[in-house]
Amino acid sequence: MSVPYAKLPVWVEYGLIPLINLVVAFLVAGLVVLLVGESPLKAATLMVQGAFGYGEGLGFTLYYATNFIFTGLAVAVAFHCGLFNIGGEGQAYIGGLGVALACLLLDGIFPWFLTFPVAVLASAVFGAAWAFIPGYLQAKRGSHVVITTIMFNFIASSLMVYMLVEVLKPLGSMAPQTRTFLDGGQLPRLDWLLSIFGFDIGGAPFNLSFLVALVAAFLVWLLIWRTRLGYEIRTMGASPTAARYAGIKEVRIIIITMLISGGLAGMMALNPIMGDQHRLQLDFVTGAGFVGIAVALMGRSHPVGIIPAAILFGMLYQGGAEISFEMPQISRDMITIIQGLVILFAGALEHMFRPAITAFFAALRGSGEASEAAAAGE
Amino acid sequence: MDYFQIGLVTLEATIRLSVPLIFAALAGLYSERSGVFDIGLEGKMLAAAFAGGASAAVYDSALIGLLIAVIVSVCLALVHAFASITQRGNQIVSGVAINFIALGATVILGQAWFRQGGRTPQLGADSRFQTVTLPFSETLADVPVLGPIYNSLISGHFLLTYFAFAMVPITWWVLYRTRFGLRLRAVGENPGAVDTAGISVTQMRYLGVICCGILCGFAGAYLSMAVAAGFVKGMTAGKGFIALAALIFAKWKPVNVMLACLLFGFLDAGAILMQGKSLPLVGEVPVQFMQALPYILTVVLLAGFIGKAIPPKAGGQPYVKER
Repeated sequence: MSVPYAKLPVWVEYGLIPLINLVVAFLVAGLVVLLVGESPLKAATLMVQGAFGYGEGLGFTLYYATNFIFTGLAVAVAFHCGLFNIGGEGQAYIGGLGVALACLLLDGIFPWFLTFPVAVLASAVFGAAWAFIPGYLQAKRGSHVVITTIMFNFIASSLMVYMLVEVLKPLGSMAPQTRTFLDGGQLPRLDWLLSIFGFDIGGAPFNLSFLVALVAAFLVWLLIWRTRLGYEIRTMGASPTAARYAGIKEVRIIIITMLISGGLAGMMALNPIMGDQHRLQLDFVTGAGFVGIAVALMGRSHPVGIIPAAILFGMLYQGGAEISFEMPQISRDMITIIQGLVILFAGALEHMFRPAITAFFAALRGSGEASEAAAAGE
Repeated sequence: MDYFQIGLVTLEATIRLSVPLIFAALAGLYSERSGVFDIGLEGKMLAAAFAGGASAAVYDSALIGLLIAVIVSVCLALVHAFASITQRGNQIVSGVAINFIALGATVILGQAWFRQGGRTPQLGADSRFQTVTLPFSETLADVPVLGPIYNSLISGHFLLTYFAFAMVPITWWVLYRTRFGLRLRAVGENPGAVDTAGISVTQMRYLGVICCGILCGFAGAYLSMAVAAGFVKGMTAGKGFIALAALIFAKWKPVNVMLACLLFGFLDAGAILMQGKSLPLVGEVPVQFMQALPYILTVVLLAGFIGKAIPPKAGGQPYVKER
């Protein structure tokens, strides 16, 4: 008989089990490092030093983390509704189009703080629009959102190549990218924030969108756990039949959830485009949409978990770049493996260690009761 | 070049481009018909391409390369099976994980072992697959119309190419005419009924996923050891996802899978041919549109605008013996 999972203490459920999954993922990654002929311990030390050891490294770590907070939140919101949005990559790419159009139109007229809200809005609207079609098709026509979002990633990539090569590229330029934005299209850096703690971020592109990401994380928490809509989304995710029985409109909730998810993914584009490169380039998303899946799984779809998970992946990105100077065998592709392992162990195999842990705690409780009984019987 | 020649060249390219799609889509068919969704076709294909290219270079033998490609692909398939059948994890999450592990591992290991920027060494004539010329193709080449068709379209492909096309009727026969096929389809539609009949759902699903691994191995081997002479990083370039699209487009039926793969292969070949040329009535079609067309078609089909694609009923759900 399949025994239902026994109830575990909260700290085990939300602390220990995710931690064990994560540790196993990193141990397997360590084996790969060993296979390549390097010391995993040295690699880990180099990585942490490269990511947190000095101001510029820290700045880069937080810059990458900003991307992953947005995409992690995007995946998490969809998870709460029982939807798996693999399309964060494409939605962020199209969101970039929104940011770039806002900046190209307004950067010569307004200062950055007036362009900024328009760009935020444009990125969210463009990202949401790209998620709308898969959401609508899932809700109305029953086509699976996973497959459609994968297809939309590829369609987005073709569309953006077309836009950059044929439409947005300035005349006479060969590179498929837009012109560089003027001052009105550039976000200020947050060097003052880190200098409070005595760090100098140097050339790191750590910028205002990090704060936007934190605000977004707070708003997602508010939405999911403190509003009626959030309650409906979670009900739908926990049991679609119960939601239907309670009179929650399935079509409406699925479409709204996908719009929010796409909007969050789209806002990720603010960070690299308005905060760093100041122009729209090909493939600027560089897999951040997919990292969001790992981040959301690791953070258990809760903003409080997503932010540290995003910082961890930011560390891997930045530290991974640093390692490759010292250990040429290990490039940033190592992060792709770790990302896959985290998705595997924290996602698909999340219950693997649960029976053993449950048995361990049951035994602990049993022996505790036995000794108490022995003490009472004295 | 006259139109006949252009047509012939395009069709020849179509066949060449659709072979990996056919292997991978048939692979997905075995897995998904047994009720296990597989988004990891791309990853398995990539890992197999790397394993094949690397071991063919080291052992100087195409057959050993093929064998190791299949073994590696089956190992990844078993990870997917363990996660999604034994551990009842989310099948899509597991597939995504396998894609990333393969994407990263092929580059890291390739760089560590061969130090050629993620490539494997160029394969010599002995260590890769050679094209075969069918009998009489030289003598019949002068026969008008049929001669060139036989000579350049039917003859002169890799053995793997013929095997891919042979797998289509074989798969049809296995699926619809054998006891194994009946049971495989049944676990994908109604695992409870199969269990009641005393057949292990777990075992059937494992077998389905292993078949998927074997065929993905062939797809990968074809890429790195037949059309190309060695592995290049990221060489599958989304073909696993196109194959997935073809599988859905074909409504999970073997013959339709072949037709869908040929269609997507033709679109790919056409995109290369039409670059910079304009069509009557519509004018110049952007290459990017042609590249996106398979995905757009799949979305339109999934939405039920041209027929309805209905996946195996129990697909994606782990089987729990009793509730």
